[in-house]
Amino acid sequence: MRAPETHSTEIHLVVNGESTRVSVDTDERLLDTLRLRLGLTGTKEGCGEGECGACTVLLDGLPVNACLVPAVQAAGRSVETIESIAPDRLGHMLESGATQCGACTPGVVISSHWVRENPHLLRTHSIRELMAGNLCRCTGYDGIVEGLAAAIDAENPDTHDNGERA
Amino acid sequence: MAASTRIEGIDKLAGRERYIDDLDIPGCWWGMTKRSPVPRGTIREIRFGPGVDWSEFVVVDHRDIPGPNQVRLIELDQPVLASEYVRHVHEPVVLIAHPSRAMCRRAIREIEIIVDPEPAALDFRVPPAPEQIQHGPDNVLSHLTITKGDAERALRDAPHIIEGVYETGAQEHVYLETQGMAAWEEDGTIVVKGSMQCPYYVLNALTHALARDEKHVRVVQAPTGGGFGGKEDFPSVIALHAALLALKAGRPVKIIYDRAEDMACTTKRHPALVRHRTGVDSDGRLLAQQIEMTIDGGAYVTLSPVVLSRGIIHAGGPYACDNVSIVGRAVFTNAVPFGAFRGFGAPQSQFAGERHMDRIARTLGIDPAELRRRNLIRDGQTTSTSQTINDGTDRVAVLDTAIRLADAEKNQQEDRAFNASHPYLRRGTGIACIYHGGGFTGSGEVHLASRLHVAALPDGRVEVRTATTEIGQGMLTIFTDIAADRLGLDRSRVTIADADTARVPNSGPTVASRTAMVVGKLVEDACDDLRRTLGLDPVARGGAVTDAIDNWYRTHPDREPVGRAQYRQPPGIHWDDETYRGDAYGTFAWAAYAARVEVDLRTFQTRVLGFQTVQEIGKVLNETLARGQIAGGVVQAIGWALLEECVWRDGAMANAQLTNYIIPTAADVPPIGVHFLENPYPHGARGAKGIGELPMDGPAPAIANAVADALGVEPDTIPLTPERLMELMTHARA
Repeated sequence: MRAPETHSTEIHLVVNGESTRVSVDTDERLLDTLRLRLGLTGTKEGCGEGECGACTVLLDGLPVNACLVPAVQAAGRSVETIESIAPDRLGHMLESGATQCGACTPGVVISSHWVRENPHLLRTHSIRELMAGNLCRCTGYDGIVEGLAAAIDAENPDTHDNGERA
Repeated sequence: MAASTRIEGIDKLAGRERYIDDLDIPGCWWGMTKRSPVPRGTIREIRFGPGVDWSEFVVVDHRDIPGPNQVRLIELDQPVLASEYVRHVHEPVVLIAHPSRAMCRRAIREIEIIVDPEPAALDFRVPPAPEQIQHGPDNVLSHLTITKGDAERALRDAPHIIEGVYETGAQEHVYLETQGMAAWEEDGTIVVKGSMQCPYYVLNALTHALARDEKHVRVVQAPTGGGFGGKEDFPSVIALHAALLALKAGRPVKIIYDRAEDMACTTKRHPALVRHRTGVDSDGRLLAQQIEMTIDGGAYVTLSPVVLSRGIIHAGGPYACDNVSIVGRAVFTNAVPFGAFRGFGAPQSQFAGERHMDRIARTLGIDPAELRRRNLIRDGQTTSTSQTINDGTDRVAVLDTAIRLADAEKNQQEDRAFNASHPYLRRGTGIACIYHGGGFTGSGEVHLASRLHVAALPDGRVEVRTATTEIGQGMLTIFTDIAADRLGLDRSRVTIADADTARVPNSGPTVASRTAMVVGKLVEDACDDLRRTLGLDPVARGGAVTDAIDNWYRTHPDREPVGRAQYRQPPGIHWDDETYRGDAYGTFAWAAYAARVEVDLRTFQTRVLGFQTVQEIGKVLNETLARGQIAGGVVQAIGWALLEECVWRDGAMANAQLTNYIIPTAADVPPIGVHFLENPYPHGARGAKGIGELPMDGPAPAIANAVADALGVEPDTIPLTPERLMELMTHARA
């Protein structure tokens, strides 16, 4: 018995600020659209089941696991990937040792970017809670938490970081 | 010296690092693997279903292997592809390739491997039934012993004998990048590129099974997203598979495992069972240690004998004892083969040893820290292999620093009051003293005879050529800084060549905490040799080196100046493989860890509230990277201690997914306290000792000891999941 045929459809996306039309399969993951059709290989596949966060991208400004989002569901929406992050925003995480092997790193940076863009989140959540959707097997997280805390401090000189609050 | 930043750090943070799955190889097909459905049996038939057009596929089985059907490592017992017989679930049998990955997935489901099952050996802890025996008379793959003094007699005379049985589970590496490899043929050379720790291990496996000489095989490491040992031995298997498909297809083929395949089918940390029988005097001084360590070797030998070796050598702990008898066994089972994982047997044996020290302390009513102080090796005393320790490190100070930095005594007072008043939370503190030998065991480094080159390039830069790989540990940064420092050059004038066997000499594998200590030293030696080649005096630095390179190319435009180094054993090291006596390692790193935990008696969940490490690692080469190694290792070990349970069903991992194989998140662990003590090792790069594996050894026993302190039970098996702790508490009450 043959598996049911998949169909192609053209969708419109705004990827990293650029309006893009792309033909996708109806059962295609946003992760594959980004990596295979648009060549944006900075977004990594870590588990394919929404557990590890390596494929985190921002969909209309909110972090999602691109492996769990059907590409058609992103139609008409804005997607920001690691390729949209300016390298000059990465200095704190470089200094703190936030990356080792680098495989989780793009997802970590995207989640960190979301926290940095939304510092009010820190009024109700710790950095560790906000970053709990990104598994890292190398750093033990201290390099990530410290780098993000330093970036937030630098960007919000008047507020108090509660990154290590339990 | 301030920590320099990671060389490739910005590329990784910006998502520009290109791993094997990210590389667009023109004309590349996808490869996939069909595997055995059962743990043991004879292959009766392989059926290819009608659901796909097989003429579109390339199909490879054992008959397509040009050379011996063997994955060459320590032994030759593991087939590249099973031919008539399977020895474990998920053993590879058939490979397919197709331009579409989706079609590969569909086709794999169309293949059926029919096996006549035979009785499988699936529990290494019990002796096999006759019908389960498949290796020698008793399924024992490897048997090793360490003897010092007369443990039997000392036990007869000892005033106290304390016994314990300890068990540790399998652990999955969960490197965030799964295994992946691409292969293609180029001018008669098979090129294999992918995720790996040890390019020359892969080369060695390829030349054997493909029946080619080294000139016709080239192995290139792609940026590698974590290894932890999981990419020490296993990449040879997937490299062979990719190469066989590429040769038959006549085009590039890439195999990228998805997470489920990676978790189910690749190696893991060896499960272990360790028995201790210890004689002590009334002050708690160790009179005799009798230790038996058994590990599950799985269905093929892989690295089990050397894992067992490191395991038993570390089993006695960093303590002085005159009478020691240690017996180690690696047992064949029909489990998916176990392999290298950070620590390499030492975490298993030191979990047992450090839990046992707490049991001795409790039995004798001695404070656990005091018991350790009395027994820690002093300079001039010997380890279990009769290696004299004389390095000037104050191991008692290592322990006392950890206790002080952890505020352990104050915490324990507070926790006693807390426990007396809280309805359902219990807190406790535990410590562990550990050591870890750097580099290969015994004469291993001599056999490796690692080599490394430093060449001067026409543009004035120097290039370090080494098969040592960057796997996240910071090798690119460390080696760049060592070479820059040695030659007095700015780090921008040092480059590290790709780990490509066509361009770099065999520097040995990237394992065993040997990179900074052993291979880093070769960087220094090769820099010195480059200076000699350039006709410079031994202290020439900076501008003198740059000028000499310019002069060289003016007079020898066609000849590249290369400094060469090869490993030389430091003087005074003697090891006897026959008797297992002598200097097991050039040096040990020493550490003491303190954990504070909180157990919820409603859920039996254990939380680590605080974790303090103190380690003497010779010389810290880069503070940020070194802290990252320690914190990362500790968190991996917290996972092994509390969360990470491989559930086995009929020889297969039943929870081969991150949904229910749980590793720690940022919210599950506290900040890790990292404190270094330095006592430079004269034969390591700038005084460095090995560091990578050390932090895997101590956390599990420290945490289990903390749970024992909190609850008054003896948690002797890890992972200490809520289910296991509930069972332990229920038995304790009964």
